[in-house]
Amino acid sequence: MASLMLSLGSTSLLPREINKDKLKLGTSASNPFLKAKVLSFLLKPSRFEGITMAPPDPILGVSEAFKADTNGMKLNLGVGAYRTEELQPYVLNVVKKAENLMLERGDNKEYLPIEGLAAFNKATAELLFGAGHPVIKEQRVATIQGLSGTGSLRLAAALIERYFPGAKVVISSPTWGNHKNIFNDAKVPWSEYRYYDPKTIGLDFEGMIADIKEAPEGSFILLHGCAHNPTGIDPTPEQWVKIADVIQEKNHIPFFDVAYQGFASGSLDEDAASVRLFAERGMEFFVAQSYSKNLGLYAERIGAINVVCSSADAATRVKSQLKRIARPMYSNPPVHGARIVANVVGDVTMFSEWKAEMEMMAGRIKTVRQELYDSLVSKDKSGKDWSFILKQIGMFSFTGLNKAQSDNMTDKWHVYMTKDGRISLAGLSLAKCEYLADAIIDSYHNVS
Amino acid sequence: MILDWKLCGEVRSSNLGVHLITKSVTMEDRRQSIGALLRHLNSGSDSDNLSSLYASPTSGGTGGSVFSHLVQAPEDPILGVPSSSSIMFCVSISFSNILDDTFGYVTVAYNKDPSPVKLNLGVGAYRTEEGKPLVLNVVRKAEQQLINDRTRIKEYLPIVGLVEFNKLSAKLILGADSPAIRENRITTVECLSGTGSLRVGGEFLAKHYHQKTIYITQPTWGNHPKIFTLAGLTVKTYRYYDPATRGLNFQGLLEDLGAAAPGSIVLLHACAHNPTGVDPTIQQWEQIRKLMRSKGLMPFFDSAYQGFASGSLDTDAKPIRMFVADGGECLVAQSYAKNMGLYGERVGALSIVCKSADVAGRVESQLKLVIRPMYSSPPIHGASIVAVILRDKNLFNEWTLELKAMADRIISMRKQLFEALRTRGTPGDWSHIIKQIGMFTFTGLNPAQVSFMTKEYHIYMTSDGRISMAGLSSKTVPHLADAIHAVVTKAV
Repeated sequence: MASLMLSLGSTSLLPREINKDKLKLGTSASNPFLKAKVLSFLLKPSRFEGITMAPPDPILGVSEAFKADTNGMKLNLGVGAYRTEELQPYVLNVVKKAENLMLERGDNKEYLPIEGLAAFNKATAELLFGAGHPVIKEQRVATIQGLSGTGSLRLAAALIERYFPGAKVVISSPTWGNHKNIFNDAKVPWSEYRYYDPKTIGLDFEGMIADIKEAPEGSFILLHGCAHNPTGIDPTPEQWVKIADVIQEKNHIPFFDVAYQGFASGSLDEDAASVRLFAERGMEFFVAQSYSKNLGLYAERIGAINVVCSSADAATRVKSQLKRIARPMYSNPPVHGARIVANVVGDVTMFSEWKAEMEMMAGRIKTVRQELYDSLVSKDKSGKDWSFILKQIGMFSFTGLNKAQSDNMTDKWHVYMTKDGRISLAGLSLAKCEYLADAIIDSYHNVS
Repeated sequence: MILDWKLCGEVRSSNLGVHLITKSVTMEDRRQSIGALLRHLNSGSDSDNLSSLYASPTSGGTGGSVFSHLVQAPEDPILGVPSSSSIMFCVSISFSNILDDTFGYVTVAYNKDPSPVKLNLGVGAYRTEEGKPLVLNVVRKAEQQLINDRTRIKEYLPIVGLVEFNKLSAKLILGADSPAIRENRITTVECLSGTGSLRVGGEFLAKHYHQKTIYITQPTWGNHPKIFTLAGLTVKTYRYYDPATRGLNFQGLLEDLGAAAPGSIVLLHACAHNPTGVDPTIQQWEQIRKLMRSKGLMPFFDSAYQGFASGSLDTDAKPIRMFVADGGECLVAQSYAKNMGLYGERVGALSIVCKSADVAGRVESQLKLVIRPMYSSPPIHGASIVAVILRDKNLFNEWTLELKAMADRIISMRKQLFEALRTRGTPGDWSHIIKQIGMFTFTGLNPAQVSFMTKEYHIYMTSDGRISMAGLSSKTVPHLADAIHAVVTKAV
């Protein structure tokens, strides 16, 4: 029946409607034979019928839920994007300057090379290691512009899958929610090392060292360069030394995720200390960078993957293989964000201005931490130690609240956060600290 | 006969001519990776023995590298710039044995040539009559508007991208009155230009579609096989180009698609086939559609030149609209690289037309799971420019005029070249130059002829005889015509 309709449709009415090389189909409403054709397809099921609805992203889904909430007291402490005291998104002044410059100059929009904007790649490696660093002078770093942190991690993951088959990536427990997705999709096996200690709301250092030691030799150890996401708990400088020791001992390959350089402490150099320590050791390692937070370029998707190698020759080869991975993924990276970074870093005045704005952002977060701590201490009479709020660093704080308690934060107090107890201090204003303290105290003590 | 697509091999040039080594690079990768794997498996054993053969670990000072087993990758055949020590070619063994030279070699060699009459016909981006890249006026206007808007922020886009851009893109390609749009049966997600849209679509199909084979034309854009292979699909080819006629091998196309397993995915170039410039006629498209629907083959359109090919947005979208009009499902990858000149901004969209709104909703949710672990969310700048232009009637009209001007210049180059050959009485049928459409022309010249044109006339093009019309101008057409005439009439 369906095929009969098809052949009817193709022979009788249509020839009349053919105008030279143009085929006028009309709509199915006006053309009964076309309607029959369409009907025959409607009878067939979708090829995608069996596809189930995927769950919403645990982090990005929070903002969507927040938007839908009509309550006046609502607070979005979900996604890690910086907000001003007025809880508005912030575009850095230096970024606006750079964009104006770019438009005035009339830069063209030709394809970038697969590895990205050369000026950006140079600037980003220098920011990370310091301009005069041996790894840069000796040309031992392979740097490829990537799609912010995620894209850079994905390129590295694909390289690991291809050239280190069977090698595992060991990631902190907990870690950023998307890390596991990235390695899963890249088909790189992963396991976890202990990191967060719920008893102290601090670092389980012994557990971390033990688990890194136990990993098979030559594993990739994923480390957060600074401002650990989601806990905000970073190793001390002494602990970093021990971490480097055990990694070298086991011939592991360090893999840094640096999403907050300059944004955590306010100082670019201080936040790169862990990475530079490893570079001093002469180790080979990976570093993924993002400019989403420190330059507020979230939506421009600008970052880089750096691979520090023992020789310039190795770096050249590694770079060529990273390009081979990027080409069938998106051909070459977007130019806009890369140009902004290159312009800001390349101009002495703008670079200073950037550092000042970064200090301001990091400063606001530190101030908010202090205010939240003070509110908690003054309101909570239980004697609970809230000092972890001050000890943690960066945009996020692991409150120690469990899932039920986090749900209470949302359901009762309209405070939106992720279910692992993570709050984004970047979304908190001084004005809201007392309200948040009330919500935390209530959830912690009255919900289990 | 359908051949499996071979990945790039490596060719080393020598004084004796080109010596061809073809191999599957992924096999080579795997062979060399065994070294790394053995290192893992042998952890704890005699490290001295191993370190002499394999990468030694990362501790400083012991020499060696964990990356020792990585070889230098060949340059990308289209975008690549080769090293000075070896000239690498990417060879695609196709049914018609077309040798696809590296574009990278073309550009490097062109740059080195001191001749004042040299011509670069390898470029895959539009060039003005003066040979310069072009940023459309309407794009500059849009960027100015964006900068002037003080309320603009740089917050993360949703995973699916800029929603307004997505809606406008679907309307652009399918037509504002498309029933599929009215019935809300489409999911459109912003992706990184054409490549990104194809890759996300391919990964989605590899995860969720029951048939994991995709058929691509022979020849096709060099990046197609790699995109789909890495996405997890099996790549096969169907006959397309007929070197004898320099046109479409329609019979072969129908036979090969007819022989495909039901449900297979078929990649279709919506218009301005890359690299041949040969498009099916509307009647041929109708036959392709009927055949594909009868076999339940899944169409996956690559639309990289809407409006840029004929000068008309609607004409260039017709084949896609024919398929959508029959109520069936399909995928469409759109790129704004050429038609809006937004190459480096990486703007594109993937649309999946489904049977129902419910299915489209579920499909979209699964697309997000592909995108999030790849790059989280797409870049905002290029998509914003497109949205500003498409939503504003005046800017949209301005765009269509600038678009037509680009298409017209290319069509004019075709006519001028055809005329120049006719005036010279160059033997042979050169009508394919004006019959083919889009940026590229498959001249039909062989590698030896191309080589002669490069040496004697300083004309640079890929050795498969493909020229980019965008690289021509009224001033340089005579020179090209002289070269073609010379090579065709000289004693072999």
